[in-house]
Amino acid sequence: MTDQEWPLFEVFIRPRSGLEHKHVGSVHAADARMAIEHARDVYTRRQEGVSIWVVKSNDISASDPSEAESLFEPARDKVYRHPTFYAIPDEVKNL
Amino acid sequence: MTARFQYVLRLADTCLVLGQRLGEWVGHSPALEEDLGLANLSLDLIGQARLLLTYAGELEGRGRGEDDLAMSRDQSDFLNLALVEQPNGDFGRTIVRQLLVDAFQLELYEALQRSADPRIAEVAAKALKETRYHFRYSAGWVVRLGDGTEESHRRVQGALDELWRFTREFFAEDEIDREMAAAGIGPSLAQLQPRWQARIDDVLKEATLKRPADVPYSWYGKRGDHSEHLGYLLAEMQFLHRAYPGASW
Repeated sequence: MTDQEWPLFEVFIRPRSGLEHKHVGSVHAADARMAIEHARDVYTRRQEGVSIWVVKSNDISASDPSEAESLFEPARDKVYRHPTFYAIPDEVKNL
Repeated sequence: MTARFQYVLRLADTCLVLGQRLGEWVGHSPALEEDLGLANLSLDLIGQARLLLTYAGELEGRGRGEDDLAMSRDQSDFLNLALVEQPNGDFGRTIVRQLLVDAFQLELYEALQRSADPRIAEVAAKALKETRYHFRYSAGWVVRLGDGTEESHRRVQGALDELWRFTREFFAEDEIDREMAAAGIGPSLAQLQPRWQARIDDVLKEATLKRPADVPYSWYGKRGDHSEHLGYLLAEMQFLHRAYPGASW
């Protein structure tokens, strides 16, 4: 055995056909095939899914928390982007 | 004892004993994920054993249920294949043992789905889905270890060399196997052999492992002749039930 840890994979599960894959957690595995088996064993024991995606955590590019202000603050005062200024006819029930 | 009762016990005990062996890994696996993986295999096998033992009890007709058959029989009454009672050893050895059994159960359940006995066919159909995953899991690991580092290769080749002799029992037919085959309840074991062999050869090739030579040797666990390892396994498995008969929680 080497002292090297297996790389980390992020796991995405699709709960039912027609729905999107959702991030559920992560597993350690030596390769993608093993990662799918581990994800199956760890995250679908109670019939949680019908499809699994795994992706190496290292391959995910993430936004920098310290840039949150410049990335997300500018949207705060642009309320006109929300579709809240339309009068909804009474006949429309489910919106 | 009827032949069919013993035949079902053979199927059941092989699942039960292997399930118990795999359970020994819980809390000791090389990684948390493998802990769950092996536990899942174990639970699948114990689930199969429960269905089969329940049916065996009905066939026997003496009022024994799954618990009585699992927990109150002695070593010589267990009819599992001798391979499955062999100790876990290291992870590689456990995986090699698993591959050999998974490939066999794949062929066996595939055939038993068409059994003239509807109860056996039903269990086989359910078990086959589970077994396909077991084989995927064990074959993946054998390739990874065989074609891995020098040490992992050496260890799994060693395990293969040591365990190979027990596979002869898989295909050695006795009067019970022949009676079941004649009645359309079980397959001809000899006919399963080439398909099993081809399946194993594919995996070994990819894993850069050598298939050991066949040796004239077998234990016949399915006739109740066991290696010294089964008694210890049963002592642990049956202790609670024997110390506190009928205990439940």
